[in-house]
Amino acid sequence: MKYSYYPGCTLRTKAEILNRYALASAKALGIELEEVENWQCCGGMYTASTDEIATKLASVRALAQARDAGCDLVTLCSACFNVIKRVNEDARTNENFITKVNNYMAPDMEYHGETNVLHFLEVLRDVIGFDELKKKVVNPLTGRKIGAYYGCLLLRPGEVMQLDDPENPKVLEEFIRAIGATPVLYGQRNECCGGYQTLNEKSIAVQRSSAVVESALSQGAECLITACPLCRYNLAVNAAPQIPVYYFTELLAEALGVKEVAENGN
Amino acid sequence: MAIDREMILQISGVNPKLCMKCGKCSGTCPAYDGMEYHPHQFVSMVENANLEPLLASESLYTCLSCMACIQRCPRQVEPAKLIEAVRLAVIRQQGCDHLLPDELPALLDPELPQQAIVTAFRKYKK
Ligand code: SF4
Ligand code: SF4
Repeated sequence: MKYSYYPGCTLRTKAEILNRYALASAKALGIELEEVENWQCCGGMYTASTDEIATKLASVRALAQARDAGCDLVTLCSACFNVIKRVNEDARTNENFITKVNNYMAPDMEYHGETNVLHFLEVLRDVIGFDELKKKVVNPLTGRKIGAYYGCLLLRPGEVMQLDDPENPKVLEEFIRAIGATPVLYGQRNECCGGYQTLNEKSIAVQRSSAVVESALSQGAECLITACPLCRYNLAVNAAPQIPVYYFTELLAEALGVKEVAENGN
Repeated sequence: MAIDREMILQISGVNPKLCMKCGKCSGTCPAYDGMEYHPHQFVSMVENANLEPLLASESLYTCLSCMACIQRCPRQVEPAKLIEAVRLAVIRQQGCDHLLPDELPALLDPELPQQAIVTAFRKYKK
């Protein structure tokens, strides 16, 4: 199973470990992630206006490269997933937008949204299958009570993202079960962590991330998992109550017995 | 170019006439407490071409782009797209960036992910 892979800026820097755990786990599961060449930062946030072009070009370039390689495009970071998948939707459905983009970029072959964009979680769920994943677990995380934190970007807008039911998602809970642990449901799992407000109005990020962590603690969660570096930061650094926050790939690597391999470089 | 109702409707692609004033967008908005004008007010103020207060309001920058209002509006009005359009109309003007690179160093901490910086610039700077 081979995929084009878009790591994004933060997985090359502050969240390098999210990337490393994922690559080691993918290898253990027989998934090949081939990095898109010379990818550029997606911008971290989709601009929802009808007249934006320049802010979407980096995504189109990565999408077109995956198309040329004949692969689906896999992302790990929730923000990259959100931006690239929504730009792809624009490319598929907004003729005016994609005509301008193709005229500007003048690629060998015009891009029209042909690429399928997947989050790594979808590869685990829909390609490997959680039952199969369970069989490959060598180190089940039995007894661990884990709260799944979805946040916004994996799920919304639901009609475009199509990862899961945006109001009652279950993919991360199924993942938690597959690695042998116990999922803890809590009300704030798909409410915002405060996002980029940590740079603008920090009190909002503190208030939001605290609300999320309090909600998780009140239901008995002992730790949280997320796919997003900014969510991880807000929940771990800005929230008043403390709880360990991991990337989901760290627990995956642990369950698959490749955590040390990942940490010491593949 | 003067910022007017038509411009905002065009940039946003939103039709505020669809709104039935149920207030659900504001009820679900996680930034509600920090906002001077709430999502349902953006919708009615744009509809009534009452833009001046919005253009000058900090609320433009308080929205988290969490898309809760977009997901939960029963009439598919998508209020956050309207907020984004007003914000873009403002910051696209010369000298109206809300965040400048010079302000960044004081805001950084060693753990802050790059994603926060690129996202904030995308939202606050042209
Ligand atoms: S997108 Fe903005 S206005 Fe809408 S619910 Fe989220 S924070 Fe509130
Ligand atoms: S949720 Fe939708 S219909 Fe209700 S007030 Fe907000 S914009 Fe209007």
